[in-house]
Amino acid sequence: MSAKKTLFDKVWDSHVVHKIENGPDVLFIDRHMVHEVTSPVAFLGLKNRNIRVMHPEKTFATADHNTPTINQHLPVEDPLSANQLRMLEENANEHGISYWGLGHEKNGIVHVVGPEYGITQPGATIVCGDSHTSTHGAFGAIAFGIGTSEVEMVLATQCIMQPKPKSMRINITGELQYAVTPKDVALFIISQLTTSGATGYFVEYAGDVFTSMTMEGRMTVCNLSIEMGARGGMIAPDETTFHYVKGREFTPKGEAWDTAMNYWQTLYTDPEAEFHKELTFDGSQIEPMITYGTNPGMGMGISKDIPNSEAVQGGSATYKKSLQYMKFDEGDSMIGKPIDFVFLGSCTNGRIEDFRAFASIVKGRKKAHNVTAWLVPGSHQVESDIKEEGILAILNEAGFELREPGCSACLAMNDDKVPPGKLAVSTSNRNFEGRQGPGSRTLLASPLVAAAAAVTGKVTDPRELMQKEFA
Amino acid sequence: MAYDKFDILKTTAVPLPIENVDTDQIIPARFLKATERIGFGDNLFRDWRYNQDNTPKADFVLNNPKYSGKILVGGANFGSGSSREHAAWSVYDYGFRCVISSFFADIFRGNCLNIGVLPVQVSAEFLQKIFTAIEADPNAEFEVNLPEQKVSILATGESEPFDINDYKKDNITNGFDDIDYLLNIKGAIQKFAKTTPL
Repeated sequence: MSAKKTLFDKVWDSHVVHKIENGPDVLFIDRHMVHEVTSPVAFLGLKNRNIRVMHPEKTFATADHNTPTINQHLPVEDPLSANQLRMLEENANEHGISYWGLGHEKNGIVHVVGPEYGITQPGATIVCGDSHTSTHGAFGAIAFGIGTSEVEMVLATQCIMQPKPKSMRINITGELQYAVTPKDVALFIISQLTTSGATGYFVEYAGDVFTSMTMEGRMTVCNLSIEMGARGGMIAPDETTFHYVKGREFTPKGEAWDTAMNYWQTLYTDPEAEFHKELTFDGSQIEPMITYGTNPGMGMGISKDIPNSEAVQGGSATYKKSLQYMKFDEGDSMIGKPIDFVFLGSCTNGRIEDFRAFASIVKGRKKAHNVTAWLVPGSHQVESDIKEEGILAILNEAGFELREPGCSACLAMNDDKVPPGKLAVSTSNRNFEGRQGPGSRTLLASPLVAAAAAVTGKVTDPRELMQKEFA
Repeated sequence: MAYDKFDILKTTAVPLPIENVDTDQIIPARFLKATERIGFGDNLFRDWRYNQDNTPKADFVLNNPKYSGKILVGGANFGSGSSREHAAWSVYDYGFRCVISSFFADIFRGNCLNIGVLPVQVSAEFLQKIFTAIEADPNAEFEVNLPEQKVSILATGESEPFDINDYKKDNITNGFDDIDYLLNIKGAIQKFAKTTPL
C-alpha cells in the first residue's frame, strides 16, 4: 500500500470504524447537523425502535428550510411548516440536542451557522440531511448530504455506511479577472463537467485560485460540489482556515487548540498521492457566469450566446425541453433579457462577503422599478454584520430592504416564491424547473451579476457597472 | 425502517426518457412538509403530472393509462440534486419497486437502496432497448432478477447484468436495514468514539 495519501484519504481513513468486504465502510461522524424538513421521520424511527440519540453533544439543530423571512417574531402561518418546526424543537429537547430555532440569536441556514460558531472544523466528518452539506468541505472536512434513513442512522449510532468514493482533484491555476467571484469559478467548473461529471467522486479543489480565496469564497465553491454530482468537495486547511476557525464558540481552546492544530496541520495531499481523476483549468479564462437552462451545468460566460443543441453533451431532446421551459432559444444572448426578481441569499451566497459584493454595485444606484428583490442574510450573525458595516444603509438608500435569515427563495418552501413564468436572477444553487416556485424561471449567478440585474432590470454584465472603479 | 423483501420482479414498466430528472421534479420542495412517511406518491412528479389548477396533464406518462408497472425507466443522471429521501419515498409510495436508468445520482441511489427501491444501472444501449420495447408494446414485461443481478427484456430475450454490492444485496433481499447492522457493532462504535479527537 502506498503511504502517499490524499487529503480526502487522510480524513476518511481515520474515521473508518469498520470495513465490510464488498460493501460500505462504517464511518464515524464527528458533527451531525439537523434541520426541520429531513429529520422528523428519522426521530420517529428512533421512537419506533425505542432508542435514543447516541451523541447529542455532536448533534446540532437549526430551523431554516421553511421559516418565513419576515415577521419571524409572529407565529408561523403555514400550519404544516409550523408543525415541522414544533417537531424539531420537541425532538431536540427530548434528546438533549442544542436547538437554534426561529428567533434564537444563532438561528440561520445550517451551512452558514455551522462555520460561524465553529461547529465546522478541519478534519471532521460532517453530515446533514441536506445535499449542500458539501459547504463545510471548505475547512478540509469531509462533509456530505444524507437521506433521512441515514439521518436516523447517525442519530442512532453516530455512524454512516458509505462506500468510499473515488477521488478527483480540480486545479484552477492563475489569477481571476476582476468581477469574477467564487460563484463564477464554481459555475464554470460545473459547466465544464456537466451536472453529473463528478458523480461517484469526492473532489479536492487546489491551485492558486483557491489558496488565495477567503473562507466565504471557499464555502461557496464547496457548496456547489453537489451540482456536478460530487458527494462533496474539500480544500486543504491553511492559515486562512485556522485564522477563521480560531476563537469561535465551539472551536477548541487552550491546550485543546494546540492538539487540534497538530492534527489539522497534517491535513494536505501528499505530494505524490494519486487521484482517480485530475483536471486543471486556467482561472484567468473564467468570466462572470450565468445559467440559461434548468440545471446548474447549463451555464456560460455572461457575454456568450446560448449554445446550439448540437454542441452540447447529452441528449438534445432534453436540452431543447429545458430551453423551451426557460423560453429561450439557441443562440440567444443573455445580456439585456428583462428580469422580474432578484434573490440574494442561500447557503451558497448568503454570507457577509456576498452582501458586500452586492452593495458595491448598488451603491449610489437605484433598484429598477420592474424588479422585486429579496435580500436574505444566511444568519442573524450575517444580518448583524450587514448593519454594523454600514451595508444596510447603502442597500436602503438604493431602494432595497433586508429580510430575516432562512433558506427562503432558494427552494421556496416558505412564502418567498417566484410566480409562474417570472424570471429571477438568483445567487442560490439550483435552477431546476419550478425550484423557486411552480413555473418560476431561474438564472443562477454571482452576487455581482445579481446586483447588476437588480439596478438595471435586465441581465447586465457587472463589469459595465464596475469600470469606473477599475479603469 | 424495515421494508418488503426484494427477489425477482416481473412487471411492465413506465418510460420517462428524459435526462437529468432532478429531485425537485420527482417531488417539489413544497410537498416536503409532512412529519410522517405517508402519501408522498400522490405528489410524485407533481408539476409534470398536474396543471396548476390540479387537473392532470394528459401528455404526462403517469396520466397515460397505456403505461403501468412496478418499474420506472428514466434517462441518464436520474435523481440529481437534493438529498431529500422524500424523492425515493414518493417513487416507492406510488408503487414502483425498481428504477432503471443508465446513470444515477449518488444520494438518490443510496436513498433508494435504504428504503427498498432497487436502482438498476444499465448501459445506455440497453436502456434504449428497454425504451424501444415499451414503445413497441406498452404491455411488454421485464424481469429484474436480484439474486442473479440480471435485467431482461422478456419480449426479445435480451438481458444485461447489473452491479450491487454484496452487503446491500443481502439487505434488500432480506429487508434488513443499516441500523440493524450498526446496532450489532455498537460496542466497536463506542470504543472508536472514545479515540476521536473532535
